[in-house]
Amino acid sequence: MTAVAGAGSRAAPRGDPFVPRPFVVRRHRQDTRDTWTLVLEPADGATMPFAAGQFTMMQAFGAGEAPISISGDPARPEVLEHTIRNVGAVTRALVHAGPGTELGIRGPFGTGWEVSSGRGGDVVFVAGGIGLAPLRPAILEVCADRASYGRVLLLYGARTPEDILFGDDLRRWAADHAVDVQVTVDNGQHAWQGRVGLVTQLVDRGGFDAVNTLALVCGPEVMMRYAAMALRARGVAPARLRLSMERNMKCGVGLCGHCQLREYFLCVDGPVLTYDVLEPLMSRAEL
Amino acid sequence: MQTITDYLPQHPFFAGLPEPVVALVAGCAVNVHFRPGQHLFHEGEPADTFYVIRHGRVSLEVRAPAGSPVVVDSAHADDVVGWSWLVPPHRWLFDARATEETSAIAFDGACLRDKCDTDPAVGYALLQRVVQVMSTRLQSARIRLLDVYGAPV
Repeated sequence: MTAVAGAGSRAAPRGDPFVPRPFVVRRHRQDTRDTWTLVLEPADGATMPFAAGQFTMMQAFGAGEAPISISGDPARPEVLEHTIRNVGAVTRALVHAGPGTELGIRGPFGTGWEVSSGRGGDVVFVAGGIGLAPLRPAILEVCADRASYGRVLLLYGARTPEDILFGDDLRRWAADHAVDVQVTVDNGQHAWQGRVGLVTQLVDRGGFDAVNTLALVCGPEVMMRYAAMALRARGVAPARLRLSMERNMKCGVGLCGHCQLREYFLCVDGPVLTYDVLEPLMSRAEL
Repeated sequence: MQTITDYLPQHPFFAGLPEPVVALVAGCAVNVHFRPGQHLFHEGEPADTFYVIRHGRVSLEVRAPAGSPVVVDSAHADDVVGWSWLVPPHRWLFDARATEETSAIAFDGACLRDKCDTDPAVGYALLQRVVQVMSTRLQSARIRLLDVYGAPV
């Protein structure tokens, strides 16, 4: 582990970071065909403050543990919200945890988006697929303090119209908080009236003042690489461009090395890092 | 409403073209309008036109053997639609359908091809710009082929 010029804010785990705290699923919502959102409350009643962009290690007892970004509102630490895509044995157990189920939670871990450093300027969120979930807390933070920011854009790419997450949120952010929400999909059926194409094409056309913009990007690494290139081409400074690197987090405290990206342990140095740190690493196949 | 001659120099596709060339291109252009659902062109038809979208939205679609057409791309304000006018055999490879009220400038490709043949400098300048559009669309298609959202983040 090394000191790193990444993005900043973070909250620390309460107690021993290796011991999961029991949380109870209170609400369980299917968002898309493969993605669910769980709303949990701590069984011990103690809140879990977190910074937007942080993640926890979620444990389905008997199945295993997986790193999942927090998708809830940082202003409401009394509940913990996670949006989970069913991609394997552990996440399958997690998404099928109905109300009343007890799950183990370690964390919160990692660096946050520190979106408040964008006050006074424009903010551009670029999300791809399930990458909208880790950005949601930062978007909620901006919406709660909307007057402090200039133009706010959410550029969101999904696989198909059926895979679009948080449809109600997207409408509310646009209608109530003057967020310029632009959605595009990779594949659309005939009935789809919206955009079809790459999310990076939205960056090319986005109406924002690049010199005075904070850009937060989350999605598959290939998508983030091209989005970052498009944002750089528009003139966004590398230090004002932050990406969330989702790797195979395991211990959460920078010991095991599962999430290592060259000298960085992404569970503590990341997941949110600035592009000046990441640019030389993202195109290296060996990493 | 701006005239075509006023509008073209401000458009990124035509930026940098000498004024006489813009005037020459404008001479091959007319304003057109499409209602939602109306087609700009159909796959297989002669491609003697290309469009610059001024307002609205256009879906580029491929007809599937059974079922509804699949939307493979979309075009919006300031996008250029169509390069088949420049590439033999000058037939459209897709359907293009307006999905909302759409205003565009339609360029007579046959007219432009004649002018490109007559003045290769004009042809090269236009070809550079069309290749840029093709490159952007190709890159978009290639990255989407990766199906990056299909894999875990």
